[in-house]
Order: sequence, then C-alpha cells, then structure tokens
Amino acid sequence: MATKLIIPISEKEIRALKVGDQVLLNGVVFTARDAGHKYMIENFVKGTCPDSEKQMYKVLKEGLSGGVIYHCGPVVRKRDDGRYEFVAAGPTTSIREEPYQADVMAHFGVRGVIGKGGMRDRTLKGCQEHGAVYLHAIGGAAPLIAECCKEVLDVYKLDFGVPEAFWKLRVVDFPCVVTMDSHGKSLHDKVRTDSEAKLQQLLAG
Amino acid sequence: MQDITEHFVELIKSTSTDLSPDVETALIDACSQEKEGSAAHGALVTILENIKLARETGRPICQDTGTPIFYVWYPVDMSQRQMREQIQSAVRIATERAYLRPNAVEALSGKNSGNNTGVDFPTIHFNEWEHDYLKVGLMLKGGGSENCGAQYSVPSPEFPASRDLKGVRKAVLDAAYKAQGLGCAPGILGVGIGGDRATSIIKGKEQLFRTLVDTNPDPELDKMEKQLHLEINELGIGPMGFGGKTTVLGVKMAQLHRVPASFFVSIAYMCWADRRKIMTIKNGSITIEAP
Repeated sequence: MATKLIIPISEKEIRALKVGDQVLLNGVVFTARDAGHKYMIENFVKGTCPDSEKQMYKVLKEGLSGGVIYHCGPVVRKRDDGRYEFVAAGPTTSIREEPYQADVMAHFGVRGVIGKGGMRDRTLKGCQEHGAVYLHAIGGAAPLIAECCKEVLDVYKLDFGVPEAFWKLRVVDFPCVVTMDSHGKSLHDKVRTDSEAKLQQLLAG
Repeated sequence: MQDITEHFVELIKSTSTDLSPDVETALIDACSQEKEGSAAHGALVTILENIKLARETGRPICQDTGTPIFYVWYPVDMSQRQMREQIQSAVRIATERAYLRPNAVEALSGKNSGNNTGVDFPTIHFNEWEHDYLKVGLMLKGGGSENCGAQYSVPSPEFPASRDLKGVRKAVLDAAYKAQGLGCAPGILGVGIGGDRATSIIKGKEQLFRTLVDTNPDPELDKMEKQLHLEINELGIGPMGFGGKTTVLGVKMAQLHRVPASFFVSIAYMCWADRRKIMTIKNGSITIEAP
C-alpha cells in the first residue's frame, strides 16, 4: 500500500522509506529543470546571492526546506481569471540534473526529488548524507499527474520559459515510487546489474 | 485537390488522445501478470488510468507529443505539394488546440517555432499507390523513447556479431538492455535489417504500425520476433525500469536489400504510449482507426 507523505517532510519519515515503496505526495512542490538548477547553483549555492535575487532566495529557502523538487516541463493554460493551471505534467528525464542535484539538496534541505529514469552516484550519496529520496513518477502519465496538481500557487522566473520556470504547486496524492532511498540503495543500479547478468546468460546460451 | 485539413486535425487528435486497443489490451495483460502491491503493478495501474483519462477528457496521453510522422499512400492524380501544405496547416491548428505540444526547435539554437513546423518537421513519407483512395498513417514519436533507439553495423570491433539472424538477435537484446526503463517501458521495438543507415531505421519505424498480435509473413522472422519478445522480458527490467515481468509489449522486424559490404540492424524504440492511427478517405467516407 502507498504511504501518504505530507510536505514538509521530516528526516525521520524519509529514513523510514525504502527502495520500491509507493508514496502519495501531498503539499507544496516546486518544479525545476535545467535552467532552474543552474540558476540555484550559480546564485545561491556557489555564488553570493545578488540583491536582485534576495526575494527569490527567501521563497526557495522557505519552500524547499523539507520540500520537494519536481523535474517537469508542464503544458500550462492561463485561465480567464488570469490564474494558471497544469494541463499535462509528466516527469522529464532526471539525469541532466546529476551535476547539481546533491548540492541543491544539501543547501536547501530538500527531502525529495521527483523525476524519471533515476540518477547516479553523486545524487545517491547526497540522499544518504542529507536524508532525501529520489521519487520516480510514471513517465507519460501526463493528464493523470496534471489532475494531482490541484493548484498553481505561483510562478517564478517565467523568463526562463514555461517548461523551465519555477512553478509552485499544491499537489494531492501525487503517485511516485521510491527508486533511490536514503540508505544508499538504488533500484536503477539493481535492475541494471540483474538485467546485465541475464543478458550475458542469454547471449552465452 | 479538396481541402482535407480538418480531417488531418481529427487524425492528430485521435492519435494523441486515444490509444489503440491492441496496445491497451497488451498493457492490461501486462498489469495482470505483475504482483499486486509491486512498483511494476502500480506503474501499470497508473498508466491504464491515464489512458482512460486522456480518452475521456480529449487530452494528450503524454505531454511529449513527439515528432509527428505521417505516412501518405495516395492515388495517381493527387498533389503531394498540396497535401504537404494541408498537413502542415493541420499540425499548426492541432498545436493551437493543445492536441500537440509545440515541439519543433531549431537544432543549434533550441529556438521553438511555436507551432510544430520547421525544417523537415513534421516528417512526411509519401508513397503513390495503385488504389484510387487515400490512406494516411500518423505516428507520434516521443523524444525519450527516440533517444533509446540504436543502430548496429555488424560486425564491428565494438560489436562482434555474425551477419545472420543470430547477430540480429544479439543487437536487439543489447539495445533492449541499454534502454533499461528510460524509453518509458514497456515499449515496442521496430527492427530494420539491411538497407543503408537511413532506410534501415525507416523500415524499423514502419514496423511500429503493425498490430501487436499479428504474424510476420516471413516465418523465420516471425519466430525470432516471438523469441525476442520472451527473451527481452526475461531481462526483468519491467515497467518504467522498476523491475518486473514486462519490459516490451512486442518486437516487429523486417528486412530490406543491402549492399554486400554493409549489414545494419536498426532498432526504433516506441514507448508504452504507442500512438499511431490510420485514416482512410474512400468515396467521400472517412474512417480513423487503429492499425
């Protein structure tokens, strides 16, 4: 059965999660992709925050502490009342954020990263050290996930473009699977190793 | 030529929002084989709910509506140029109506054209045929799955394999292993054997139009398709790469003549959201259906 998680998530709750666990996420999530991660590293993690970005820093610092980042480039519709809504919002491939993810997690106290395809050793180590997990969403399930994105609360850095902006969302029962936990285990590594052994067996046969 | 732009728009809508029954049936079957409570089972339940929701709400099954690839079979007296114009205009309309995400970006700058048209975008394959009616196939090929495709020149120092069906089997197994779950498994593999680099992959992609449960007219290839389907599933990569019983829903192969010096095996990977439909316009009546 799936575990319900309410954001902000505590370290204790994260440490209780194991690879293969199914979760339903509830609360406030921020989308961030390539431009967003680069921006966070350059301005906040490695750089000294410029005055112009102080407000943004405050938003992220508050929102991401115990919070969740979603690797997603949504299809967004602007409604007649001027507010936005998500039309299609499946996960994008996460591996592109591998150079940044662990540092962003550590700096902001992020507890979960949602995406697809999994990430590698640096992020896995980051999850272990800082108490975080990688959450795999279902690739392609765009309208279904958009239904879980109940409300667009705000958008920042829209000048990065719609897919790359930081979208602040309220999600309800967003379905994910823990594929990298905070104990150094990665389902992706296991499946790769097991399937390689099987491949060799098939080729030898 | 009569203006059939709106029919092309309908074809795009149907392809983007309504998954074909053969694929849905295969996914239902895959779901029943996974253990309840497992991540693989959960993934397939979510996928099946999503397919239903997309159909009911007329929304794209996946936000990556991919490269629209059209295959046009037309009678002797139809104009290719006019059809191309109408298809391009239909793609622009379908993008405005959000059946397609604007996906055409300039190769180097990444600048989005905003309407899914650009240099050789969408892809259109024209074939004149002997019949007196028009048949148009459309496939929406997402980027994540396209990135998992592969081409092998057999043999090569990196890939020592024989120039026969055994070598083909080795290439297909290798490609399936390398794809892991990244192409949004469970996928479908279309394999082209022979040809040159370009025709080989085109032939592979064409195989994705075949119904999942069909029989290859070549008995040897038919046997290999069924064998590879089972063997790839033995790899245990499973839905989304979570581990599980179904890694692919099918393998479809075809061969074409090659020069003696070359032997290509080209693999097109299609995600579970295997979006392809066929429209026929015959004596004024229009049908849009699954292959």
